[in-house]
Amino acid sequence: MNAANDKAGAILVAENVTMRFGGVTAVSDLSFALRKGAIGGVIGPNGAGKTTVFNVLSGFYTPQEGEITLLGKNIKGLQPYEICKMGMAPTFQNIRLSPQMTVLENIMVGCHVRRHGRWWSAALGLPGFYREERELQAKAAALAEKVNLDKQLGETAGSLPYGAQRRLEIARALATEPALLLLDEPAAGMNPQESIELMRFIGKIRDEFNLSILLIEHDMKVVMGVCEYIWVMEYGALIAEGLPDQVRNNPLVIRAYLGEDVITNA
Amino acid sequence: MRFDRNTFLTLAAMLVFGLILWQSEKFLGDYQIYIAKLIFINIILALSLNLIYGFTGLFSLGHAGFIAIGAYVAAICILPQAQKEMMWILEPIAWPASHIFTPFWVAVLGAGLFAGIFAFFIAVPVLKLGDDYLGMATLAFAEIIRVLIVNATPITNGSLGIKGIPNHSTLIVCYIWALFTLVILARLCYSNFGNILRCIRDNEIAASVMGINVFHYKVLSFCVGAFFAGIGGALLGSHLSTIDPKMFNFLLTFNVLMFVVTGGLGSLTGSILGATIITILLEWLRALEEPMNLGFIELPGIPGMRMVVFSVVLLAIILKRREGIMGTRELTWNRIFAFFSRHKA
Ligand SMILES: Nc1ncnc2c1ncn2[C@@H]1O[C@H](COP(=O)(O)OP(=O)(O)OP(=O)(O)O)[C@@H](O)[C@H]1O
Ligand SMILES: [Mg+2]
Repeated sequence: MNAANDKAGAILVAENVTMRFGGVTAVSDLSFALRKGAIGGVIGPNGAGKTTVFNVLSGFYTPQEGEITLLGKNIKGLQPYEICKMGMAPTFQNIRLSPQMTVLENIMVGCHVRRHGRWWSAALGLPGFYREERELQAKAAALAEKVNLDKQLGETAGSLPYGAQRRLEIARALATEPALLLLDEPAAGMNPQESIELMRFIGKIRDEFNLSILLIEHDMKVVMGVCEYIWVMEYGALIAEGLPDQVRNNPLVIRAYLGEDVITNA
Repeated sequence: MRFDRNTFLTLAAMLVFGLILWQSEKFLGDYQIYIAKLIFINIILALSLNLIYGFTGLFSLGHAGFIAIGAYVAAICILPQAQKEMMWILEPIAWPASHIFTPFWVAVLGAGLFAGIFAFFIAVPVLKLGDDYLGMATLAFAEIIRVLIVNATPITNGSLGIKGIPNHSTLIVCYIWALFTLVILARLCYSNFGNILRCIRDNEIAASVMGINVFHYKVLSFCVGAFFAGIGGALLGSHLSTIDPKMFNFLLTFNVLMFVVTGGLGSLTGSILGATIITILLEWLRALEEPMNLGFIELPGIPGMRMVVFSVVLLAIILKRREGIMGTRELTWNRIFAFFSRHKA
């Protein structure tokens, strides 16, 4: 019925995931499956538990109950860096770059995980080290071009405007050669024009890099255009899911968002 | 390595400087050579702490401990057996220490390895604790090392220390070890491994989702830093010819920390400048502790005066220029040429 929610062709599956903090249940019994190659969205009002889902998926929290599967392998309990190696790269709600490092250096940080040489080859200055170092530089520069930052390679990340920092963070995530991008509120702090451009950009990189993307977003309007399937959370639980049009017209969703000025075109 | 203009200039500068130092006995007095050696040793210590604190952001206060390990290991390695048996009067010297006798370069490398291995055993529990406790825990470990040295009398000669260490740290030897340290750390810090260390410093969470095993690289940085601290300690012991546990107290760590902070956290050339300037300043301020005759009044020497003045100078530096001399920038050929072409125009 809904191809996007089919477990067999899925890249990321969450089954009955529950995450509690003391008495607070931030995520309760959440299940979903993201199809390979799809752009899915997790939306919900403030405090719905979206960032907690993000933290559970990326490995910062281990849920008390449930299983998470990435590319057919169970990733529950793994460290964030192990999950990244397996093919998932996240970006954060609040941008986390190294502000004093240049654009190129920031992207190169992402390249590290696919590097073969070890640190002592750098310390000893072995020939293989210099070759690989040049390869990583070229790879990072090529990625910078993909996100329109090739003119700013030598500038420090902190000096870039907000939108460019977002794209830089995405480029750094792409440098880890992920199969799945996990974006936590990438449009936060952007005006409507900028968010539309960002969503178009996200669609473009999905096609170019053959990715699957899971978008976590507060604002429903932002994700409507780009997501192929949407899950809606409220108070930590899934209250609706479906194609963008189905979700938009779902009375439960409208009620969850009531009081916020998001529902205008329902 | 690509052989471009800058590499050529660096190599040429290293060589010319080395030749000058080699001939230095002809135009430098004993005291000046003594200070010059101390400068190179302090450069090694500053660079090693900068890797740990400046590049990786680990606020470690245990440096004196690693320097002590280096100094003792090297001293035991280069002292002849007969001399050791004579000096250990509290308890006879124990077996492996009594018979070891190696060339100086082996002793220095061994000192570094020992310090690095010791650092590994400290790093694993301490870095698991989290960064808030790091300063305290490393400080405590440095004290533990000192207590161990005092009590391991059959190996270290306890609180009596070791005297008459052969002085193999000539000026050129100190220079070569400082270059060795600089080259290796520059390769590490200005490759992508340096980028990930700085990423860990700036944002550990971001580093971990980018597939970086943060703990692994923290331990690595800590141990490599300790390795070079051990090398610096080996040279220091041989340079001073006398070591005892009291020398390696917190004040030593504090001095090294000052070199690094003054030069700029995260700048290797900054550490070189910081170590040079402060070493000279500290020697120069020594005059303050001697009795002074101002013509109309005779001032008695006040011990400790130099640390007071020194602290005031440092306070001024920190208040006036927080990021140190260099900040996170490096003194590169490109920067030097840019500077001169700007001032010509
Ligand atoms: N580490 C934590 N400890 C305790 N409670 C937490 C923790 N993290 C999240 N929570 C709680 O879980 C609930 C969901 O928070 P979460 O940040 O996941 O919401 P969100 O949907 O991302 O909201 P926003 O739109 O504001 O980003 C909140 O009630 C929050 O207080
Ligand atoms: Mg959130």
